[in-house]
Amino acid sequence: MSAPATALRDNLTMLRRSLLHARRYPSLTLNLLLTPVMLLLLFVYVFGNVMSAGMAGGHADRSEYIAYIVPGILLMTVGMTSLGLAVSVATDMTEGIIARFRTMAISRASVLTGHVIGTVIQTMLALTLILGIGVAMGFRPNATPLEWLAAAGLMALVSLALAWIAVGIGLASPNAEGASNLGMPLTMLPLLSSAFVPVNAMPGGFRWFAEYQPFSPAIETLRGLLLGSGIGTKNAVLAVGWCLALSVLGYLWSKAQFNREPRQ
Amino acid sequence: MTTTDHEPAIAATGLRKSYGDKTVLDGIDIRVPAGTIYSLLGPNGAGKTTAVKILSTLISADGGQARVAGHDLTAEAQAVRAGIGVTGQFSAVDGLITGEENMLLMADLHHLPRSEGRRVAAELLERFDLTEAAKKPASTYSGGMKRRLDIAMTLVGSPRIIFLDEPTTGLDPRARHTMWQIIRELVTDGVTVFLTTQYLEEADELADRIAVLNGGRIVAEGTAEELKRLVPGGHVRLRFSDPASYERAATALREASRDDESLTLQIPSGGSQRELRAILDWLDAAGIEADELSVHTPDLDDVFFALTGTSDPAPAPVTGTAPVTATDKETAR
Repeated sequence: MSAPATALRDNLTMLRRSLLHARRYPSLTLNLLLTPVMLLLLFVYVFGNVMSAGMAGGHADRSEYIAYIVPGILLMTVGMTSLGLAVSVATDMTEGIIARFRTMAISRASVLTGHVIGTVIQTMLALTLILGIGVAMGFRPNATPLEWLAAAGLMALVSLALAWIAVGIGLASPNAEGASNLGMPLTMLPLLSSAFVPVNAMPGGFRWFAEYQPFSPAIETLRGLLLGSGIGTKNAVLAVGWCLALSVLGYLWSKAQFNREPRQ
Repeated sequence: MTTTDHEPAIAATGLRKSYGDKTVLDGIDIRVPAGTIYSLLGPNGAGKTTAVKILSTLISADGGQARVAGHDLTAEAQAVRAGIGVTGQFSAVDGLITGEENMLLMADLHHLPRSEGRRVAAELLERFDLTEAAKKPASTYSGGMKRRLDIAMTLVGSPRIIFLDEPTTGLDPRARHTMWQIIRELVTDGVTVFLTTQYLEEADELADRIAVLNGGRIVAEGTAEELKRLVPGGHVRLRFSDPASYERAATALREASRDDESLTLQIPSGGSQRELRAILDWLDAAGIEADELSVHTPDLDDVFFALTGTSDPAPAPVTGTAPVTATDKETAR
């Protein structure tokens, strides 16, 4: 087999390993989904009336707030599954099998790529589940098939970017606890974004941060695609730009760390 | 495979490695002919694992050169990897998936066609007595089973050189003997085995050549017999239960060293038939009857203690249920 063919096969093998782990221990992923689901229920059913009162000049109702919050919750879910990946990678690196992989004539990056692609697939499944819950609660997207496709592509892209960052975090952490702490921004950033309230409702400094951090542009773009509201070139460009930049950064960071000689 | 009969499976010169100020390997030379078992013997912290890690491409050496499986260790690392199999000190199995899945993972990573991969996996699981446990997660395996799975995984790619880093550490005696049997079988297939151990008995049992590693240097190298010859210390031991005959024998045998507490005498001797007969004749002539006579040839324990500079090369008296040391086994041989 030629070198690219064997590399592709190694990547597929490692992807299968990652999915096998996920299938064997689905509780790990499902636990991560509890937070976005809880927040969705909390904000819609408990805070819904108050939240919607602050939107559209006070004339919005609960159903409009559902429409507002679901895209944010979807991207928060991507953040959560990425945090899960950071933890799994940190745990995986403590396993003896990684040393075995390093002494085998395989594509080294495949060990990491398998984790990343596996997580993107899991994330897409998780997003379908969350979207289903949203629809059950009254979320009514009006996207055309093309817009659905673009929305799915966007979510996959965000997932890919955050997954590479998560792998870097996992490799930089000595253990699962460390990865969970270091990965905090993956779950905190959505709270400081336009996921729950519009950025223009935030005070100055916050507002600037919320507007430009990676999550808000992606949330705004997703909102636009699913609900037909305006996206704005700035948001679309920022969203895709952030994703590409984070993917490349995360990939290089992860690869450099993985190629570094293991400690004694 | 470019390894030929002429080229050793492993040839390293002047390997050095240090972590900060701590020198772990201080220039070691290793030469392992193909198809033999080579054992790196040494106490904890001697640098055994570091040597394995370097030779198996896991880490790089600070200095020195090495060729493994016919390829340069640094310039052609990937080619070296294709020819070796490594079973590290800590189990290199994926605990989250089953034994069978671990085997199939290896088959895939060795790019075996699907059907051949299944066949090889099933055969090895059978050979290592893991068929029954094949569908259970590897994390539920016992220490011995994990180690067997580990070696089975190493064998999937039919490596010509296998590194085993302390393969029996932590195993119970039965599992240890099973592992020895496995290692012996590997060599009958023409595989070269590079083994590290801290058990002298293990090196003695298995290895064609033994290198004693201490403080990052190889302090002795040779066959078990050659190493034993390095150290004097063969003796015949006479044990008495009657203090009177002990006293008589001790007075008569000037060259014997006494141990008044256990009523034993040690007479320096190479242990040859002639020397033994002389001692027996002499005992008969003097009308002395010892309760027990045993011959002690120097063993690897003596060599080990002498070479690694650990204090007290004399064997400790065995009492109660303490493990039988190699020295006190001699009479049983």
